[in-house]
Amino acid sequence: MLEVKDLHVEVEGQAILKGLSLSIKAGEVHAIMGPNGAGKSTLSAVIAGKDGYEVTRGSITFEGKDVLEMEIEERAQAGLLLGFQYPVEIPGVKNIYLLKAALNAQRKARGEEEVPAPEFMKLIKDKLGEMKMDASFLQRAVNEGFSGGEKKRNEILQMLVLQPKLAMLDEIDSGLDIDAMKVVADGVNSLRAADRGILLVTHYQRLLDYIVPDQVHVLVDGRIAKSGDAELAKQLESRGYDWVVEESAA
Amino acid sequence: MSEQTFLERLAQRADKRAPEPTWIAARRQAGAARFEALGFPTRRDEAWKYTDVRAIANGEFALAEDADFSQTVAATLTLPIDAYRLTFVDGVYAPALSQLEGLPQGVQLLPLSQALADNHEAVGGPLGRLTGVEFSPFSALNTAFMEEGAVLRLAPGSVVDKPLVVQFLSRHGKAPVMSHPRLLVEAGARSQATLIEHHIGEEGATNFTNLVAELIIERGAILDHYKLQEAPLGDLHVASIHAEQARDSRYTSFNLNLGGGLVRNDLISDLNGQGAVANFYGLFYGQGRQHIDNHTVANHNAPLTFSNENYKGILDDRARGVFNGRVVVKRDSQKIEGFQSNANLLLSDRAEIDAKPELEIYADDVKCSHGTTTGQLDQEAIFALRTRGIDLQTARGLLTLAFAGEVLEEVNLDVIAERVELAVAGKLPERFNLTGLVEAAAALDEQ
Repeated sequence: MLEVKDLHVEVEGQAILKGLSLSIKAGEVHAIMGPNGAGKSTLSAVIAGKDGYEVTRGSITFEGKDVLEMEIEERAQAGLLLGFQYPVEIPGVKNIYLLKAALNAQRKARGEEEVPAPEFMKLIKDKLGEMKMDASFLQRAVNEGFSGGEKKRNEILQMLVLQPKLAMLDEIDSGLDIDAMKVVADGVNSLRAADRGILLVTHYQRLLDYIVPDQVHVLVDGRIAKSGDAELAKQLESRGYDWVVEESAA
Repeated sequence: MSEQTFLERLAQRADKRAPEPTWIAARRQAGAARFEALGFPTRRDEAWKYTDVRAIANGEFALAEDADFSQTVAATLTLPIDAYRLTFVDGVYAPALSQLEGLPQGVQLLPLSQALADNHEAVGGPLGRLTGVEFSPFSALNTAFMEEGAVLRLAPGSVVDKPLVVQFLSRHGKAPVMSHPRLLVEAGARSQATLIEHHIGEEGATNFTNLVAELIIERGAILDHYKLQEAPLGDLHVASIHAEQARDSRYTSFNLNLGGGLVRNDLISDLNGQGAVANFYGLFYGQGRQHIDNHTVANHNAPLTFSNENYKGILDDRARGVFNGRVVVKRDSQKIEGFQSNANLLLSDRAEIDAKPELEIYADDVKCSHGTTTGQLDQEAIFALRTRGIDLQTARGLLTLAFAGEVLEEVNLDVIAERVELAVAGKLPERFNLTGLVEAAAALDEQ
């Protein structure tokens, strides 16, 4: 589904990713972990198409298509969706506008009709229930005045409505208390499907108690230094990152 | 001499005019003399620093002789709203396009010409009291030419059930014309009304409208005053709007400017009695080479008076905007609150805004704030929207609408809010259908 090969990325002339390779198949959940500054957030930002990241070498393909040649919105329409670590507040744009516009943009790109209002509202109502959000959220401006937990839930709500093929979640657990984390984790787990890939970027192992990954990768200095299964995350929790850093330097 | 052209026009008009009451003739003369002495303002005048009126000064404008206008075309221009309506075509009263039947007891809405014919002395008192010939060369010119306009009188305690629309239609004729309409509102104590001043016309029109509006708002009266400016992009428009507010009155101005090639508004409110509230809401949207200048003044002449101003400007292409807002607190006007905010959004590198908020405070126990910001669309927000599959144009449209939202939310008349929304978002190739969504959200809330 997603193939990242030998990816080198610079930000303002400074090398951040230095030959990262990663392959995610449909049905898999991958977690990327690593110490601060390892380039964890850079990977998802580059895949989503954020400005200011220069790919100097390597490739990203999604279902065989060259992601780096696609517009930002085309990537989303193709099913690549990024959940932000710091969701942006968009004053004056109501959540419901965003959800409907996003869903219709996706449908239009696939040559489908706009979603009829009753069907749309039923869908939204179901998903709001899953995320334990009430209908008043819809009338509020996107993320404006939301607490940290509300913002993260809102990101997952968008995922549930848009049903991406590959969901990338950047530090979705940061700033969440345990109750909010459970809601978010339940939301992510409900996204797990045979035809969908999930990429979690996280600093802490705690999230992975709730969302058990198929593969864990440790990112050190712009490269994947170590990969393993969910057990690797547990080792990182008890031993920290230093031993991986030392191992990779050796 | 460009002023000379206008004075010649005035002399020609005088020859045709029937004899008038002496007070009108005297004011006309005073207006002409004042205009001749001042001449049109230039960029050297501080109040006109950013607005060049040569398009007016060097123009050749006739005076319209009739109010002929196709009913069919008028129907497409008229606001689709159940209202009492007074229509003027190039400044000339158009009874065929007006609808005044069923006005409630105690409410008078009539053309100035008729008000003068009925009882000119009743007009002579209030007319020109707030905006005299001294105010500006344009008010002087208006006074010299004044013949027609709208008079609205609300008896004490009267509440008008429907909005009162004063519609100004601008024709695309053989040659440009000018009009100098008056708007005189006398809102009696505790009366309540919504007045909609609507400027619109035929594409291609290049007429000059020079309006003077005086609004006398008595104790406890509530007046909502919408000025919806949708004139053709070649039209030139100058308006001097002056409200006088007695104790506990509330005046709310919605200055929504979408049209007109050159527009200058001077909006002033004198808060003369305790408890008086003035709200100034403004939204100006400029495209092409439109030039929109709004000067506002809130005069806190009494203690415990309140003013609240929020003006938003959206400028695209090579449009230019001017905002100058003053809050003046007179000596000993204690415990007043005066808030002012102006935000501008530039959608193009060649658009320009000159914004100047001013506070003049001569009292010590007051709560005042002002601020102005100018920015572009938030790139982070655009990125966030695009990562949800929303294309760049739609993302820009959504954010532009969002910027306007704070003012639009204050608009109580859906017909007007939707019209402004569509105008602001309608310039986009893929307009975002908001109406359906609002309904859908409402349906969910009901469940």
